[in-house]
Amino acid sequence: MRVRAIVVRIIRQFFRDKRTLGLMIFAPMFVLFLMNLVFNGEEYKPTIGVAKDVPDVIVEKLEKNDAVIKEMTKETANNQLEKQKIDAFIEMNDQAPKITLEGSDPSVNKAVLVSVQNAFQALAPQTQSLDLKTIYLHGSEDMALFDNFGPVLIGFFVFFFVFLIAGVSFLRERTGGTLERLLATPLRRWEIVIGYVIGFGIFTTFQASLISWFAIDILDMMMEGSFLYVLFITFLLAMTALTLGTLLSAFANNELQMFQFIPLVVVPQIFFSGLFNLETMTEWLRSLSVIMPLTYGADALREIMIRGNGWEEIALDVYALLGFSLLFMVLNVIALKKYRRL
Amino acid sequence: MSETVCIRVEHVSKRFGKKIVIEDITMDVKKGEIFGMLGPSGAGKTTLVKMIAGIAEATSGTIHVLNTKMPNLQVMKRIGFMAQSDALYGELTALENLQFFAAIYGLKGKKQKQRIEEVMELVNLSEHMKKTVNNYSGGMKRRLSLAACLLHEPEVLILDEPTVGIDPVLRQSIWEELERIRQKGTTIVVTTHVMDEAEKCQRLAMIRDGRLIAVGSPEELKKRTNSQTIEEAFLYFGGARK
Repeated sequence: MRVRAIVVRIIRQFFRDKRTLGLMIFAPMFVLFLMNLVFNGEEYKPTIGVAKDVPDVIVEKLEKNDAVIKEMTKETANNQLEKQKIDAFIEMNDQAPKITLEGSDPSVNKAVLVSVQNAFQALAPQTQSLDLKTIYLHGSEDMALFDNFGPVLIGFFVFFFVFLIAGVSFLRERTGGTLERLLATPLRRWEIVIGYVIGFGIFTTFQASLISWFAIDILDMMMEGSFLYVLFITFLLAMTALTLGTLLSAFANNELQMFQFIPLVVVPQIFFSGLFNLETMTEWLRSLSVIMPLTYGADALREIMIRGNGWEEIALDVYALLGFSLLFMVLNVIALKKYRRL
Repeated sequence: MSETVCIRVEHVSKRFGKKIVIEDITMDVKKGEIFGMLGPSGAGKTTLVKMIAGIAEATSGTIHVLNTKMPNLQVMKRIGFMAQSDALYGELTALENLQFFAAIYGLKGKKQKQRIEEVMELVNLSEHMKKTVNNYSGGMKRRLSLAACLLHEPEVLILDEPTVGIDPVLRQSIWEELERIRQKGTTIVVTTHVMDEAEKCQRLAMIRDGRLIAVGSPEELKKRTNSQTIEEAFLYFGGARK
């Protein structure tokens, strides 16, 4: 009954604060949309200048390899390279081609070199490589970088926004005097914590469903497994974020101090959650990921969305997330002791 | 403990680290009286009422409220506490705020609705029921806070500086209200640093630097010190005037 009062109040507050509501739902969608544009873009087409003495066959091959070709003299080429109008210049130097690259962007360099290599390879049939047939166990040829990042990003955004909003609203409860007011009532400490968990839980279920639906159906993110599993995992992640946020808010005196937890608690999780390959990292550093909730959330989401796996593969992650939430909840109840022993 | 005693404070001290905030206070609050705690800011009034309300705990000594040692959740149901800050949810309407607090005290349905109407009538805010609290003036918020702690018809009402920042007319009406509540049998403990408010209490405790310097009815305290005003009496007990 008393827990219900808190739940109802939190939900009412949410719908009164339209801006925060919008932030929690549309900000993640907006950022995912931008990421989608950035990582799903077409392959870069290099613009290459060629000297007159470069054989036509090569020029043709280059054009076939999606390069934009411009014929020019060495002087204009130097000028254009300076101005970044072209990415590279090819001339013949005693029968051998010589390439000058603009060189400031590694991804552009790579695109130029690939085109040039392909073109020259076609000229020398003896080095022609075998026609490789490739089979994909997971993913496909069309799998973009975004599909690989996607599950981690969904998990991250849910975690980040819930962490922040839950932390700040609990902090406000403390600084605004309402927490003390609540503790002057017969409300028990665990009832406050559970009230928050359920109130936010209802809201984050709604938030997580919208974000996942947007990413999968609108942004066409790769999705092999069950949507319900995705919801379940994002919900658990949100619970971990909520309980961690409210717990840490006990150690902040104002909103600014709450934000200071972002680089300490949230950002490191991005690096360890599998967005980047950890194989090359020193062992002890890698083991840090064990204590980060996002690692489990992201792993489970990848299992479901990319590999299409079910319960067996995500069970461990689910237990880990549940464990984190429970641990943070208990710590929360203990932290509230600071304000009232009973 | 006798039938007439509502709150009994015995040798209570409170320390925060090395800082002593309350030092060895002993006093009784009788049933059905308005008991004032008078003292400058920082004297320890808030700390003392928080301990009576059961939010804070004494470092040493005991506090009994309604014959039960505090803190105790069962007794806290029978206490109404109004903090110094208006502990309200600004995004919500007055009605929603009161619904929340009423539900926490276990009031529901018809009873809840009836009590909310009653307390809003009492503090003269009935017309502003559906307004969000952020649009309330300072005085209105203060009154709504008072309404919130009256919802569950507490036997003991503890008010920490209820009239701070309120205009004289409104202050007058709040005191009239408190008198009416008292007549229904409620015991009221109220802190203030305004001397003329102290005159309206049945009995008064003067607190300075965490120590109780005098207890008695306003008349008694003035007579004992041969003073015209409470302020003079306070100065006498505080050792500033001999």
